[in-house]
Amino acid sequence: MKINRVLRETFTSLSANKLRTGLTVLGIVIGVAAVIAMMSVGQGAQNSITSQINSIGTNVLSVSAGSRARFAPGGANNVRNIRELTLADAQAMIDPFQAPSVLAIAPILEGGNISAAANGQTTTTTVNGVTTSYFSIRNQQVTEGAFFNDQQVSAHARVAVIGVDLATTLFGQTTNLTGQTLRINGQTFTIIGVLKSQGGSSFGSADNQVIIPLTTARDRVVKRPGTSVDGIYVQATSAAAVPEASTQISNIMRLRHHVAVGKEDFSVLSQQSLLTTATSITGILTTVLGGIAAISLLVGGIGIMNIMLVSVVERTREIGLRKALGARNQDIMTQFLAESSFLSLLGGLIGILLGWLISLLIGQIASAAGTALSPAVSLNAILLATGFSIAVGLFFGIYPARRAARLEPVEALRYE
Amino acid sequence: MEDTVIRADGLTKFYRMGEVEVQALRGLSLQIKRGEAVAIMGPSGSGKTTLMNILGCLDRPTGGEYILDGEKVSGLTDNQLAGIRNRKIGFIFQSFNLLQRTSALANVELPMSYSDQSNSARERAVAALRAVGLESRMKHRPTELSGGEQQRVAIARALVNEPAILMADEPTGNLDSKVGQEIMNLLLTLNRERNTTLLIITHDPRISAQTQRTIQIRDGMIEENLQ
Repeated sequence: MKINRVLRETFTSLSANKLRTGLTVLGIVIGVAAVIAMMSVGQGAQNSITSQINSIGTNVLSVSAGSRARFAPGGANNVRNIRELTLADAQAMIDPFQAPSVLAIAPILEGGNISAAANGQTTTTTVNGVTTSYFSIRNQQVTEGAFFNDQQVSAHARVAVIGVDLATTLFGQTTNLTGQTLRINGQTFTIIGVLKSQGGSSFGSADNQVIIPLTTARDRVVKRPGTSVDGIYVQATSAAAVPEASTQISNIMRLRHHVAVGKEDFSVLSQQSLLTTATSITGILTTVLGGIAAISLLVGGIGIMNIMLVSVVERTREIGLRKALGARNQDIMTQFLAESSFLSLLGGLIGILLGWLISLLIGQIASAAGTALSPAVSLNAILLATGFSIAVGLFFGIYPARRAARLEPVEALRYE
Repeated sequence: MEDTVIRADGLTKFYRMGEVEVQALRGLSLQIKRGEAVAIMGPSGSGKTTLMNILGCLDRPTGGEYILDGEKVSGLTDNQLAGIRNRKIGFIFQSFNLLQRTSALANVELPMSYSDQSNSARERAVAALRAVGLESRMKHRPTELSGGEQQRVAIARALVNEPAILMADEPTGNLDSKVGQEIMNLLLTLNRERNTTLLIITHDPRISAQTQRTIQIRDGMIEENLQ
């Protein structure tokens, strides 16, 4: 039987019962739309987490003392006698001979939940005391004003660069703020710049922070003994050099802290290691969501099988007639398989469209709720859903089609 | 060309219905020449439908030999039998068996979906409908046609692949006698003009009286062979 005849027959027999065809297709539409929507949400979550991690900087490592393993809580807590990281540790890392892969370092003092007041408003924020290299290592930018310079750091200057969320909270605006006064822990600071928004909220708000010179922070806001620091950001010479830089830093630190391999009282984390973990987590999330949605696709497939079985019974005489007119078993089989695959393919196409609309809607709702989640319908998801829906049509169509093909012509013609 | 279209020798057909074995045909032999018009008569349960099914290659005999139009049919595969039905046999049923959802024309085109010559399907279907006098109604669906017209569509469908033999199972059984007679006239005309062998199963002596020969069947065997 020629393909165009098969298609025409499929079309006439399916359009003979439009309501039934529509309802059967609906089952597949819902299944495919659910798969597409769920996978796009998973993909969107992955994209948003990945971009947040990427905002740390592609070639940046973070060194922290064991007790304050910032990215891996409890990572090195079982090590006793933890020595604080110090400015000297930071300086040692920039050694061009022992650490040729290190380009720059930025020691940091962090203070959370610190009160900030200005313009009659008070709120709490995170205070980061940094050196000037921090801005380039963390790829920070200002929308207004400027960062402080090395002289200001040396002079323990009371200057601050603030995030946009904090600016909005305190001043109700994000512009024309340079020169304004800000009180941090009761100390007066002058605002010299406003940070460009970094979005994202999963790792605490990068937009609700104040950056001040490291020296000033130690004096007035984040009190720490001696020259100890809370963490050291290290910039490798390139993204490819990150693993080498990590090794070199670890070696230097082991020597300085007199610890053996495996007994480190510090931890070195790269963006890459975070990314790997996050990707695997969101991958599992996507798979689970897609898997749950795939169940409804399966139910839709059973709907197809059900309808095709009914159709075979209803059309028993027709099958007998076709056989009498010379249809071979495979002709009958082809006809019924064509019908079931057409149902599922149609459902698949509409489902992709619907799933895409649903994911757009979810994105709208998420952004209205202030979450940075933009669902992404990937080509993979589309191919998977299409392939899966055709497979469902074929799989659930084969049994009814075989039943039709195996009918004895004499019996079928006699069927009332 | 072989002069004998149907040559059946010692056909037997046994069914098993539960515990009971039914002998539908018990060593039946017959020959039908090309161009003959033959009626097969017999009471219910005599085996005439079974015979028709076997002669129409819809069913296989349990034993015996059957040669149709020079081809030995016993022992062919399902697919080969389907091919023979398609090329050599045109079926006409008591209840027409038309597909309700398509036009008369599409119904007549149907057998050509299953043959290699689907290129000229449209023209051949139109020609067949013209031959049965329905060219003006070929876009109509079966539900829009009278019983007689529906049976004409079915006859056109049987004719369209130019079979060696037309097999009609009670072709006038669902029609009133006037329309039935028109259908009979059409079948006999086609038989005469196209030299297509005609085989009619009927209860009706008025039908069988119009054929050249009547074969009476009783208990799975030929009772008499009226010339």
